[in-house]
Amino acid sequence: MDQFTINLLFVGASFALYIGIAIWARAGSTSEFYAAGRGIHPVTNGMATAADWMSAASFISMAGLIAFVGYDNSTFLMGWTGGYVLLALLLAPYLRKFGKFTVSEFIGDRFYSSTARMVAVICLIVASTTYVIGQMTGVGVAFGRFLEVDNTTGLLIGAVVVFAYAVFGGMKGVTYTQVAQYCVLILAYTIPAIFISLQLTGNPIPGLGLFGDHSASGEPLLQKLDQIVRELGFAEYTAHHSDTFNMVLFTLSLMIGTAGLPHVIMRFFTVPKVADARWSAGWALVFIALLYLTAPAVGAMARLNITELMWPNGTGGEAVSVEQIASEPEYNWMATWQQTGLLDWEDKNGDGKIQYYNDKSEAMQAKAAEKGWQGNELTKFNRDILVLANPEIANLPGWVIGLVAAGGLAAALSTAAGLLLAISSAVSHDLIKGQLKPGISEKGELLSARIAMAVAIVVATYLGLNPPGFAAQTVALAFGLAAASIFPALMMGIFSTRINNSGAVAGMLAGLVVTLVYIFLHKGWFFIPGTNSFTDADPLLGTVKSTSFGAIGAGINFVVAYTVAGMTKETPQEIKDLVESVRVPKGAGTAVAGH
Amino acid sequence: MSDKQSNNAYWSANLRLIIWSLVIWAVVSFGFGILLRPMLAGISVGGSDLGFWFAQQGSILVFLALIFFYAWRMNKLDAEHGVGED
Repeated sequence: MDQFTINLLFVGASFALYIGIAIWARAGSTSEFYAAGRGIHPVTNGMATAADWMSAASFISMAGLIAFVGYDNSTFLMGWTGGYVLLALLLAPYLRKFGKFTVSEFIGDRFYSSTARMVAVICLIVASTTYVIGQMTGVGVAFGRFLEVDNTTGLLIGAVVVFAYAVFGGMKGVTYTQVAQYCVLILAYTIPAIFISLQLTGNPIPGLGLFGDHSASGEPLLQKLDQIVRELGFAEYTAHHSDTFNMVLFTLSLMIGTAGLPHVIMRFFTVPKVADARWSAGWALVFIALLYLTAPAVGAMARLNITELMWPNGTGGEAVSVEQIASEPEYNWMATWQQTGLLDWEDKNGDGKIQYYNDKSEAMQAKAAEKGWQGNELTKFNRDILVLANPEIANLPGWVIGLVAAGGLAAALSTAAGLLLAISSAVSHDLIKGQLKPGISEKGELLSARIAMAVAIVVATYLGLNPPGFAAQTVALAFGLAAASIFPALMMGIFSTRINNSGAVAGMLAGLVVTLVYIFLHKGWFFIPGTNSFTDADPLLGTVKSTSFGAIGAGINFVVAYTVAGMTKETPQEIKDLVESVRVPKGAGTAVAGH
Repeated sequence: MSDKQSNNAYWSANLRLIIWSLVIWAVVSFGFGILLRPMLAGISVGGSDLGFWFAQQGSILVFLALIFFYAWRMNKLDAEHGVGED
């Protein structure tokens, strides 16, 4: 059986499973559609949250970013897990006690203002939609590679699948589907990592192998890696190179963004009790940590494997020859990925060999002049292909490659579905039922939720076909916006009785607008290329990149909210009582739909 | 009124717990993982140093411990102050 058929089998079987579950768990009432009747166990909920949260960015992209940069990109690891501490301590139990279905409903009630609720709906729709666009782009690339179709066809197939189970299943379908997706994605991520860790270090646990000894040389793996990348003129893997201030801000933005993303927060509405909401965040992080503790090992080991493949005789010997790449089976993956245009090499000096080194390093330039090299000949290695190509690079069996294909798609699709649910509930529940047409029937509300989802999928697919930038840029915008707008409003709503309606609205708007403008200034207005005035290499404010601005946006939100609240009328007594009641678990009932 | 006082004691105990947890949260990630890494450079962990380990794995493990500790402690506090759900 050829690799294409194996991939098709794995991807097809996993989809049949997801859709089967969605049909089996079809939602009947509004309460089931949004929150699965609150009958979901914390462990199940944690697993679904993990699938919901870990998107194409975590699965496909992150290990590649760490592999080629090393220590400096630990920011992703800390940022995307640290947010769960904020969620568990500052938001989850209180929002569950509040007992409504959506994030904007809490903001609307706590700040006794339909304007606040509408502003929250806007923040939420903007952040979620941009996030979905990034996922759809990832879906297109993954389908394109594994089904051997072009990007556009891959994206359209993905859109149809997301539509099928998100629209017909609702939250309950999505919850159980996401449990299945978690299982697929975690197996797909860890199985190749275990194989590779065994090959390189003899340790079956990749996270331990990373800090273990490299079997072939007997030296610690990380020392070996540092040494060979140094010999090729690259920055040392474990050393700190980038700007410290930006690193701290970026990590903080990812953390706050995590705790402000509506599709993650919504998860905590679906547990039976307040105590369960506390445990749920912990369980979610357990399941996320299984991937996140493996990712740095995947990155480091892949970097070592790739470098050794390019220098089969050691960094001091001869480089790999063009002929070897064309004929030897362990180099097959290079030809396969070359077809996608994401990997390429060129024998610039015509010596029949492919020299991979850092041609920007002065020491290497001297060495290159001496050896007659004319620049790095591994001309293109897209970081996003690393995880998907990893089993092929390590020469693992065909079924592992098929499993990774299914896992990558599970990661992208599950997040897209969760975000679409957040968007649809914002439109049908907050916008239509809460504002435009309060008397709408339950059936009408369900129908409008499904229409909103369909519209969101169409928009995201269209923008995914013509993406406003790289997926990572789009995702960074979503995080920055969530960090600057939603998180501060929720936190102040629970921890301060001082913040009133005007304070909250002013804070959210200030955070949202300033962050949006800062990103547009660096990435182009509405992401139109060439309309940017600054670049992230030389940002407007010191070393603060546009991807790190979310934390500053959040700070602006807090300051503006406190200032405006100090100048306007005090919060009424009944709202203070509401805040008091949210702070204690006692009396938490099941949620009520709307008001 | 007594109910209110009990709630206040409960709330300030909760706030203390949150603040200490967040201090640890920040120290392991921003501290050990980034800012204080040079100070920990002398402590080697499997081919690198302690700061590198905290940045890549240690902070995640501490985050996990923090969330479970908080949940356990708060559920106990709920019972002590009689504000639990049951």
